[in-house]
Amino acid sequence: MIRFISVSLLLLCAITPFAVAKEAQPTGDDPAVEQRLTKLAQELRCLVCQNETLADSRAPLAEDLRREIREQIKAGKSDKEIIEFLTARYGQFILYRPRVTPATYLLWFGPFVLLLGGLWILFTYIKQRRDSLSEKPLSADERRRAEELLASTSGKETT
Amino acid sequence: MLKYLIPLALFLVLVVFLAIGLGRDPHEVPSPLINKAAPTFHLPQLKDPSKTFSADEMRGKVWILNVWASWCISCRDEHPLLIDYAKTGAVPIYGLNWKDKREDALAWLDELGNPYVLSVSDFDGRIAIDYGVYGAPETYVIDQSGTIRFKQIGAVTPDVWSGKILPLVQELNRQGASK
Repeated sequence: MIRFISVSLLLLCAITPFAVAKEAQPTGDDPAVEQRLTKLAQELRCLVCQNETLADSRAPLAEDLRREIREQIKAGKSDKEIIEFLTARYGQFILYRPRVTPATYLLWFGPFVLLLGGLWILFTYIKQRRDSLSEKPLSADERRRAEELLASTSGKETT
Repeated sequence: MLKYLIPLALFLVLVVFLAIGLGRDPHEVPSPLINKAAPTFHLPQLKDPSKTFSADEMRGKVWILNVWASWCISCRDEHPLLIDYAKTGAVPIYGLNWKDKREDALAWLDELGNPYVLSVSDFDGRIAIDYGVYGAPETYVIDQSGTIRFKQIGAVTPDVWSGKILPLVQELNRQGASK
C-alpha cells in the first residue's frame, strides 16, 4: 500500500511541472511581443481584482486589456505610448509605480519624512538622557546644605 | 502635560485617516475622463445590427450612456430604477451592451423591460476600454458638446439620480438654452 502511494506521489510530482507549463503557455504567436507584453503587464494593475497585476489576472477585462496592449505592441507603439493610452482611460491607479506628482509626494517622500522625524526624536531623547545622567558639580549652597544634613543625621545615629 | 497630549493628538490624526479610509469604496477609481471629450464610437445597434449608432449623433443634446450586460448582477438591481428614470423623460438614456451575447441581451430586455432609447453592442469590449470601463454598471452623463460631465461607478441609486445626475442635467440644459 505504502509503495503504491509513494509511486503515485512520485508520478504526480513528475506530471505536475508539465501541467503547469501547459497552463502558462503564451496566447500570442510572437514570443518577442509576448515578452514585452508580460513585462508591461507586470507594471499594471488589474482594475477588477485590484491586488493583481494585468499579467496575472484572469478577469475578462484584463484579457481585453492584454489584447489591446498586444495589438499596440504589434502596431509598433512604444511602452511609453501604451502606458499613456491606459492612464488616459483608467488614471494613474492602473500604474503600480505611480508617477512623482504633487498628489503623490506624500506617497513617495512620506516614509523618508517619517524616518527623519524618528531619527530626530531618537537623537533628542538620547541627548536628554545623557544630560540627565551626567553628574553636575554641586553649587556652594547645595554643598553647605548637604553637609548640614549629613552632620545632623550622623549626630542622631550616634546617640 | 504637553508630553501626554502629543501621542493623543497623533492617535486622533490616525483615527481620522482610518475613518476616511473605511468610508471609501476602494472599488471606485476616479475617472480621468471627467470633463474630457467622450470617446466617439460607431457600433451596431443591439436590436438591429445592420444599423449603427455613433456618439456624434448626440451632439447638441444632454444624454446618458449606461454600460450594462446581462451577466452583470448589479445591473439587475439598477434596471427597474433606470426604467423609472427613463419614464420621467428627463434625459435620454442610451445603453452600451458590454461583452454580452446578443441573444442574452435581447432576452434580458424582453424580461425586464427596456429603459434605453437604443443600445449598442460592444461585443469585444473595445469601446468600453476607451471609456475606461472596468465593471458594469457604469453611467456617464455627456453634455451638448460631447464632454463627459459625470461618471457613476456602480448602480445609479435614487440618491445619485436625484442628488447628482438630475440637477446636473437640468443645469446643463439651462446653460444650453441660454447659449
